Amino acid sequence: MNTYPTLKKFVPQGRYTLMAAPFLWLGIFFLLPFLFVAKISVAEGALAIPPYTALIEWLDGVLNIRVSFYNFQWLLDDPLYIQAYWNSIKMAFWSTVYCLLIGYPMAYAIAKAPKDKQTVLLLLVLLPSWTSFLIRVYAWMGLLKNNGLINNALMWLGVINEPIQMLNTNFAVYIGVVYSYLPFMVLPLYANLVKHDNSLLEAAADLGAGHIKRFFTVTFPLSMNGVIAGSMLVFIPVVGEYVIPELLGGTETIMIGKVLWQEFFNNRDWPVASALALIMVLILLVPIGLFHRIQNKEGGL
Amino acid sequence: MTSDELARKDGRKHDEILLSIRNLNKYYGNVLAVDDTNLDIRQGEIFALLGASGSGKSTLLRMLAGFEVPSSGSIMLHGNDIAHLPPNERPFNMMFQSYALFPHMSVEKNIAYGLKHDGMSKDEIHDRVQSMLKLVHMEKYASRKPHQLSGGQRQRVALVRSLAKHPKLLLLDEPMGALDKKLRTEMQLEVVDIIERVGVTCVMVTHDQEEAMTMADRIAIMDEGQIQQIGSPVDIYESPMNRMVAEFIGSVNVFESEIVDDQENYMVLRSPDVESDIFVGRGVSSAVDDKSMLFALRPEKTFISMDRPDKDKNVTRGVVEDIAYLGGHTVYYVKLPSGKIVHCFLANTERRAERPDWEQDVWVYWQDDAGMVMRS
Amino acid sequence: MPQRFSFSRLMFWVGIAFLYVPMLVLVVYSFNESRLVTVWAGFSGKWYVELFQDQQIMTAVWRSLQIAFLSASAAVVLAILGSLIMVRHRNFKGRTLFSGMITAPLVMPDVIIGLSMLLLFVAMGQMIGWPENRGMLTVWIAHTTFCLAYSTVVISSRLREMDRSLEEASLDLGANQIRTFFQVTLPIIAPAIVSAWLLSFTLSLDDVVIASFVTGPGATTLPIEVFSSVRLGVTPKINALATLIIAAVSLVAIGSWYLTKRMNDRVSAQLATS
Repeated sequence: MNTYPTLKKFVPQGRYTLMAAPFLWLGIFFLLPFLFVAKISVAEGALAIPPYTALIEWLDGVLNIRVSFYNFQWLLDDPLYIQAYWNSIKMAFWSTVYCLLIGYPMAYAIAKAPKDKQTVLLLLVLLPSWTSFLIRVYAWMGLLKNNGLINNALMWLGVINEPIQMLNTNFAVYIGVVYSYLPFMVLPLYANLVKHDNSLLEAAADLGAGHIKRFFTVTFPLSMNGVIAGSMLVFIPVVGEYVIPELLGGTETIMIGKVLWQEFFNNRDWPVASALALIMVLILLVPIGLFHRIQNKEGGL
Repeated sequence: MTSDELARKDGRKHDEILLSIRNLNKYYGNVLAVDDTNLDIRQGEIFALLGASGSGKSTLLRMLAGFEVPSSGSIMLHGNDIAHLPPNERPFNMMFQSYALFPHMSVEKNIAYGLKHDGMSKDEIHDRVQSMLKLVHMEKYASRKPHQLSGGQRQRVALVRSLAKHPKLLLLDEPMGALDKKLRTEMQLEVVDIIERVGVTCVMVTHDQEEAMTMADRIAIMDEGQIQQIGSPVDIYESPMNRMVAEFIGSVNVFESEIVDDQENYMVLRSPDVESDIFVGRGVSSAVDDKSMLFALRPEKTFISMDRPDKDKNVTRGVVEDIAYLGGHTVYYVKLPSGKIVHCFLANTERRAERPDWEQDVWVYWQDDAGMVMRS
Repeated sequence: MPQRFSFSRLMFWVGIAFLYVPMLVLVVYSFNESRLVTVWAGFSGKWYVELFQDQQIMTAVWRSLQIAFLSASAAVVLAILGSLIMVRHRNFKGRTLFSGMITAPLVMPDVIIGLSMLLLFVAMGQMIGWPENRGMLTVWIAHTTFCLAYSTVVISSRLREMDRSLEEASLDLGANQIRTFFQVTLPIIAPAIVSAWLLSFTLSLDDVVIASFVTGPGATTLPIEVFSSVRLGVTPKINALATLIIAAVSLVAIGSWYLTKRMNDRVSAQLATS
C-alpha cells in the first residue's frame, strides 16, 4: 500500500527547494543545451567568436530574425553526410548483433552459475570496463598494427607471408566496438536472466521440450526486455562513436561522430556541426524512447 | 508481584476510555478506504481490527500511528484531537509487520533509538534497554545485528523496541505475519503475556481470525471501510450481527427464511431449504414488517445421523456429497433436497467408529438454541 | 556438480579471454626495453620512470583526479536528492520529463553531449557573462551532469528496494524527518552511494570526448593528453600509464569485493553458530 506521500504535510517546505536541485541541474545543463544546438543549426557560419551569426538582431530599430536552413540543405545535398549517417547506423547495428551473439551466452553462463560464484563472474566481465575506455581501444592498436602482435604471430606461424592490413579498417572498428561495449550488453542481460523462475524451464521440460526448444520458447522470449535494453545500450552510443573510428578506423570508415568532430574542430563550422548533431538526435529519438520504456519497466525508474 | 504490577492488574478492568475515534474518514482520490468510523479503545485492553485485505483495517491503524492523515474526523486522546499530529509527536509506538529493525544497528541500539529522541540520560537509556531485553530474555543478544537473529528473536526485539518508550498505546501490524505457522501460536501467547505484564493498551491489525481470537479482548470486524461489529471473541462468533461477520469468522450454513411465528420467547421460521419448521428458542425483540430473515448455523452445531432423530422441528433430510477427514474432526458436505450443501463437523472422538459414507442418506438436525437469526 | 559441457560456459571463457588478453599484452609490453612496442627487447622499468618525469602528463593526472573527485561528489549529492524524488514522489508533475532526463544521458552519444554543452556555455558566457571562459569549471559541470544520471540509476534502485517501514519506524520512535534521513535512510543506502561515487569517479576519469568540447586552454585532462599522444601512434609510456590504471582499478574492485564477501561470510558464520 503506497500511502507515504501524505507525510509531506508536515515536512518543512525548504526540502522541496532542495529536492528541485537535480531537476534544475539536468534542465539547465542537459535539456537546455539542445535548444542552443537547434538555434545554432539554423544560423550561418561566420568568421567571428563564436563562429556563427546571431539569430535575433536589433539593427537600426529593426528586429531582424534570421533563420537559415542552408545547413540542412547542405547536408542533404552532399552524399558524404548521408553516407556517414547510413554507415554509422549500419555499423552500430552489426556491432549490436555481434555483442548480442557473444554477450548472451556469457550472461546466460553467469546466470546459470551457482549463486555464490555469480558476483565473481560478473566482476570478471565488468572489471575491464572500469579501466579506461581509451586504453582499451589503444590496446588493440598495438595488436592490430602491421608489425603488431597478431601479424607477427601469424607470420611466425607461416600462415601468411606479409602482414595483413587490419588497423585502420572497418574490421578493426568492429573489434574495438565489440570489445568496448560487450560489458554493457552482458550486464542488463544478466540482470534479466537471473530473475527467471527456474520452474518455468522445468515445466517446459515436463511438457516434453528439449534443451534447444526450451531455450527458444521460454528463456529467450522472457529475456526480451534484457535483449532490448542491452542492444540499446550498445546501438545508441555507437551511432555517435568518435574515439574508436578515429583510432582504429581508416579512410574508409566514415562515421557521423567523426564527421561532426571534424566539422567542429577542424573546419570550425559550428552551425553545420549543430545541424549534424540535431539530425543525429532525431534519428536516435526512437531508440532512446524504447530504452527509456524498458528502463521504466525493468528498473522502475 | 510488586505493588506497581498489582495496580496495573487492577487497571485491567477495561472500562476507562483511552482513545476515541469519531467519524473518521479516509479517501484515496475517490476511493473511501475508511468510512465514517467510530470506535473507543479502553484503557488496558488488547483490541484487534480484523478484516480481509483492503477492508481498511491497515489504513485505520496507520491513521492511529500518524502515517496517514485522516480526510475528516477526529482521534481523541485525553480530550485532545491528535488526528493531525505527526507520528514522531504521538505517544504511540508500533511494531511493524516486517519488524522494521534497523539493519545497521545492534539490538541494543535499536531499542535505544527511540529513547535518544526523548532526551534521556545515557545511564537511564542503558537501564531501560537492559530491562527491556530482560523482559524477553534476550540479554545475551544485545550486540547482535538483526540479521543474526532468528524470526522469533527479531519479533521479540521489535516488540520491546516499541515498548521501550512506555507508549500510551501499542500498535501491532499483522504481528505474526512474518512467522511460520508453528512459531506463530507460540509467539501469540508470549506476546500477550508480555503486553499484559507491561500493562499497555494495544491495538492490533490482523487478517487471521485465530490470531485475533487468541490475543484480543475485543475484536472489530472490518469490511469495505466500515466496522461491521465490535465485541468479545465469543460475541463475534456466537452472535454475529450480519451475514458478512458470520461468514468471515469460521464457516457457517446460512438459510434464507421467513418468520412464521414471532413470540416473546421463541419464533418459528420456514426456509425452502429445510423440510421441517425452524424453531428458535428466543424471539426477535423488534417487531418489523419485513418477515424475511437469515438463519445461520455453525457446522459444529449441525449434527448428522444415519437414523431419523426423534424430533419434528430443526431437522431435514440429505445425502452425503463429500467427506473431508481432518484428523480432529471430519467435515461432511451434505446435499439437501433443495440442492443446498450444508457443512457438518463431526468430532472424531472414537478412533474407528462407524460413520456415514459417500452417497448415504442422512438426517441433519440441530438444537433449538444452536442457530443465529439475522436480518437479511 | 559434474562439469557437463555447455556452450554458454565455453562462450563465457572465450569472451573473458577476448576481454583480458589485449590488456595483458598491454601490461607485458609496458616493461619492454624497446621503444617498438611490438618487439620484445628485454625487461625494463624505464618507461615508468619516463612517465613520472613527464610534467605534462603528471599535471593532467592531478587535474583529472581533482575533476573526477569533485564531479563524483557533486553528482552523488544531487543523485540522492533525485532518487528521493523519483522513488518517494511517484506522482509529481514532470516526473516523465525528469526520468527521461536521467535515462537519456546514459546512452546519448558523447559528441552530442559535448557539443550541446559547449554551445550552452558559449551562449551563457555571452548572455550573462558566466562561465567567463572554459576550463576546469565547465568540465566539472559537464561531468557532474552525466555522472548524475548514472548515480541516480544506482541509488534509486537501492532506495526502491529499501523497506519503507524502516523510516516509518524511525518516525514512530520519535525521530523527525531530518534525523530519520541521516540516521536510517542514509546508512542503509550507503553501499549504493559508494558504488555510485566510484562509478562516477571512473566515468569522469575516462571521458575524452565531452571534455575535449568543453575544456579550455590550460585545462587539459589526462584522457585528452593520452588521446593526442595515442593518435600519433603507440608509445610504451602510455602502456606504463595504462598498467598503472589497470592495477589501481583492479585493486579497488577486488578489494571492495573481498571486503563485502568477508562481511557476508562472517555473518553466515555467526548465524551458523547461533
